[in-house]
Amino acid sequence: MKLSNVVDNLSLEVKTGKGNLQNNVTGVYISDLLSDVMGNSKEGNIWITLQTHLNIVAVAGLKNLSGIIIVGNRQLQEDVLQKAEAEKITVMSTPLPAFEIAGKLYQLLNQ
Amino acid sequence: MDEIIEGNFQIIGGNFANAGEASMQMKAKLMELGVDEATIRRAAIATFEAEMNVIIYAAAGRLHYYITPHNITIKIEDMGPGIEDIEQAMQEGYSTAPDWVREMGWGAGMGLPNMKKNSDEFKIDSVVGEGTTVEMIINFS
Amino acid sequence: MTLKDIADILEAEVIADSEDLNIPIKNACSADMMSAVLYYHTPDSLLITGLTQPHVIRTAEIAGIKSIVFVLDKKPGAEIIELAKQKKIPLLCTRFCMYTASGKLYEAGLPGCLFK
Repeated sequence: MKLSNVVDNLSLEVKTGKGNLQNNVTGVYISDLLSDVMGNSKEGNIWITLQTHLNIVAVAGLKNLSGIIIVGNRQLQEDVLQKAEAEKITVMSTPLPAFEIAGKLYQLLNQ
Repeated sequence: MDEIIEGNFQIIGGNFANAGEASMQMKAKLMELGVDEATIRRAAIATFEAEMNVIIYAAAGRLHYYITPHNITIKIEDMGPGIEDIEQAMQEGYSTAPDWVREMGWGAGMGLPNMKKNSDEFKIDSVVGEGTTVEMIINFS
Repeated sequence: MTLKDIADILEAEVIADSEDLNIPIKNACSADMMSAVLYYHTPDSLLITGLTQPHVIRTAEIAGIKSIVFVLDKKPGAEIIELAKQKKIPLLCTRFCMYTASGKLYEAGLPGCLFK
C-alpha cells in the first residue's frame, strides 16, 4: 500500500517529506527505544513513536523507513522539522495514542 | 483523621534500582489513611515523576509530604543542575535527557506536564547551578 | 475481555502468574516510555511494551495497570518477575511485535486508553 493511502485513510497530518507519499509501505514498527528500532525495523516500515527529538530523523534515514508517525499530537521542535525536511524524511502526526493508531493501521493493511 | 501527618525521604541521584521507593512509601501512607483511590493515583503519579526527575538529573533530593484532612502537599527539592527555561521545560515532549536515559524508558519530556496535570496546585522554582523545587497540592475528594 | 482471552489472542506465555487469569481488562496502552504509561493510565488496563526494566513494574503499579505483556519474546530478568509476583501483576510474553499485538487486540474489540 502506498503511504498516501495510509495518510488519507487514517487522517494523518503530514508535517515534512510530502514528496515521499508514493512510497510503498512494507509494514509497521512501533517502539520508543531507538536501539530497538535500529535492531528490528525493516526498510519501508512506517515507524510509530512518541519520540520527537532530533535522533529520530537519523534513525529513519539509516533504516530507510517509509516514514514516522508521531502519536498523541506531540509537537515537534523547529530544528527537528527542518532536519526531517532536509533529509527527505516523511514525518506525520496523529492525535491518537500508539495502540489505537496501530489497530487502525493493522485493519487497513490487512484488508 | 484529625492530625497532620508528615513524612520525609531522601532521594539519591542516579539510583534507578530503587526508583519509586519514596513515592511508594507516600502512597502506602495515603492508603493507610483511607484516602480514595483516584486521589492516591494522582498523588502517586505526580510524586513518582518528581522523584524520577531527581534521580535522572540531580545529585540528590528530598521528598517531604504534609497531609491534612483536606489535602496533601508534596514538596520535592533537589541539588541538581536547575532549569534555565521553566516554560520550555513544561512543554510536552521537551526533554534534556541524555540518550542512555531514553533507552531506559525515561526522558520523554512528559514528567513536568504529568505532575502539573495530576495536581490541583503546582509550583516550580529553580536556580541554575543550585537546584529545583517543586511543590504540589492535591485535594482529597 | 479477560486476561485469559488476551493471552489466547496473542498466543502468549504466562511468565509471572497470578491467582486468576480471568480478570477483566478494559483498555490497552502500547508504550515503552514510562511517562506515557503514567499519562494514559486507566484502571483495569493492559500495558503492551518492549521495555524489560524493573521500573516497568513499579510504573505499572503506580498507574494501576492490571497486567503487562512483553512483545517480541522479550523476557524480563528473574528479579523483575519476582517483583511482579510480589505486586500481583501478571506478566505475559508474546512472540508478536508491538504492532501486531496491538492490531490483534484492537481487532478483537479492546479499546485504547482514554487520554487527556
